[in-house]
Amino acid sequence: MLSIKNLQASVEDKQILKGLSLEVKPGEVHAIMGPNGSGKSTMGYVITGRDGYQSITGSATLNGEELLDMDAEDRARAGLFLAFQYPVEIPGVSNMEFMKASVDAQRKARGEEALSSREFLQEAKAACKQVDLPLEFLKRGVNEGFSGGEKKRNEIMQMLLLKPKLCILDESDSGLDIDALQVVAEGVNSQRSADRSFIVVTHYQRLLDFIKPDFVHVLSDGKIVKSGDASLAHELEAHGYGWLGEEQKV
Amino acid sequence: MSQWLDDAVLRAEQVDDWLAVKRQPSLQLLRDSQWPGRKTEAWKYTPLNTLAEAKFAAANSEQVPEVAAIDGLETIDLVFVDGQLTSEETTDLPSGLQIQSIANASAEMQSWALANFNQAKPERHLFGLVNDALATAGVLIDVADAAVIDKPVRIVSRLSDGSEAHTRVLVRIGAGAKATVIEDFSGSANSFNTGFAEYLLAAGARLEHYRFALQTGKAMVIGGCHFNLLSKAELNSTVVGFGSDLSRLDIDVNHCGEFSHAKLNAIYLLDGHELFDLHSTIEHTVPNGTTVENVSGIVADHARAVFNGRIHIHRNAQKTLAELNNRNLLLSRNAEINTKPELEIYADDVRCAHGATVAEIDKGALYYLQSRGISRGQAQVMLSFGFINELVDQMPNVELAEWLRPQLRQRFAEMEVK
Repeated sequence: MLSIKNLQASVEDKQILKGLSLEVKPGEVHAIMGPNGSGKSTMGYVITGRDGYQSITGSATLNGEELLDMDAEDRARAGLFLAFQYPVEIPGVSNMEFMKASVDAQRKARGEEALSSREFLQEAKAACKQVDLPLEFLKRGVNEGFSGGEKKRNEIMQMLLLKPKLCILDESDSGLDIDALQVVAEGVNSQRSADRSFIVVTHYQRLLDFIKPDFVHVLSDGKIVKSGDASLAHELEAHGYGWLGEEQKV
Repeated sequence: MSQWLDDAVLRAEQVDDWLAVKRQPSLQLLRDSQWPGRKTEAWKYTPLNTLAEAKFAAANSEQVPEVAAIDGLETIDLVFVDGQLTSEETTDLPSGLQIQSIANASAEMQSWALANFNQAKPERHLFGLVNDALATAGVLIDVADAAVIDKPVRIVSRLSDGSEAHTRVLVRIGAGAKATVIEDFSGSANSFNTGFAEYLLAAGARLEHYRFALQTGKAMVIGGCHFNLLSKAELNSTVVGFGSDLSRLDIDVNHCGEFSHAKLNAIYLLDGHELFDLHSTIEHTVPNGTTVENVSGIVADHARAVFNGRIHIHRNAQKTLAELNNRNLLLSRNAEINTKPELEIYADDVRCAHGATVAEIDKGALYYLQSRGISRGQAQVMLSFGFINELVDQMPNVELAEWLRPQLRQRFAEMEVK
């Protein structure tokens, strides 16, 4: 599914990713943890093609296609999805218009017929219901005046509508209370399938109680320094990240 | 200096009706006025040379198409064609609402109008003086104290080729009353008109106001909306402007009573060689007033926007809260915006903010849209339109917003093509 090899990337001439490698197979859930500034968010931006997040060397392929050569929109059309840590507010563009344009663009890229307004509305309503977002949020400006939790749920709503192949969740748990966390996790779990994979970026073990990862990786100073199964997250929760550095030195 | 103005003065001298006592002082001021030139601050970016020598004599009112209703919205329509009120007098007005034409005003309405004429409109507006002297057509609207008028009053003005027209509107919203007034100007015929409106909001009155200055092409238009707000009065006004050879609108809001609130939104969308000039002046003369003014425009091709936003907080107007924002998006290298926010503050305990930007599209928003599969080009169009649509979304009347939005979308699409 996703294959990242020796990815090095810089932001404003400062190198952040220093040789990141990661293999994600279809149906797998990988959690990425790590201290602040280790490059977790940068990884998501580089892979999805944000301006200013420049790869220096290495590769990132999705089902064999090189992502790093594509425009951001083409990466999305190839099946990549990033749930943002801080979704942007866009007054004047309604959530509905935004999602209809997104779904239309992706269907068109796949050679599928556009959904009628009615068909789209049905899907959008169902997606809102699943993440507990009132329907009026479809009419409002994208994320405009949404609370932190509502923004995160709106990201998952978009994921439900776009049905991507590989989803990167960038701290989708930050700022959520336990109820909202469950809603987000249930949204994600409902989408787990043999041909869809997830990368869950988080600071806390808590989210991983709800979204059970197959693998847990620790990102530190721009590369993965330790990988393990779900139990690694518990160790990190108990002991922090400090012991990793010492272990490496040894 | 201007043949047109000399003619206008001569014509004004012939006007003789019950408003003469109000017209005379304005006429005198007009006689003493200089025709504005490049050095006249209020007209610095808006040349009047096309008007200066213009002659309008051949109105052809039959050409003016029927006025279409606003889908999904029942309105009380007052229609002016070439400056003549052509709509029939409505007899079944909601209780508490009175509407009379200037020509047929009752003695009671006349005396009320004489007492209130030019209370809100400052005498510095040269074309306001022209309107004072020449506007024999117009309406007087009175909303009784505590009356709530749900049906909007829609004042429509249309002109035919070669016509010149001057219309006047005087509105009183009684204490605690609530009403909606839509001023709807459109058309592109070679013409000139002045349309000035004064609104007097009594204590606790609420007015929802719209001015659609949608004239284009050779339709020259100079107008004004002037508001007096007594204590706890609330004004929510939306201005939408297209540009023409000459299009100028002056807004004055006078906070005359404490705890009055004004929300002003204005949008302009300009194309070709169009000009749209918006001057707004907010006077806070008493304490505890609030003003929130947002002006957003998109200017394409060789078009030009002028915005002058003045907020004047008098010495006594403590605890005033005033915000003024002008945001512009230029779609071409030759498009131009002349923007000047003016804050004049004499009180020391106020909260004030103002700003003017000529913006580019927000990069973060662009990436967000692209990251969902929307092409960069389409994302730019969506965000540009969103830039003004944000204010359309804030229009309190949803049906009116639904009626307006496709018109703006269409105009924007035409602007984008070039």
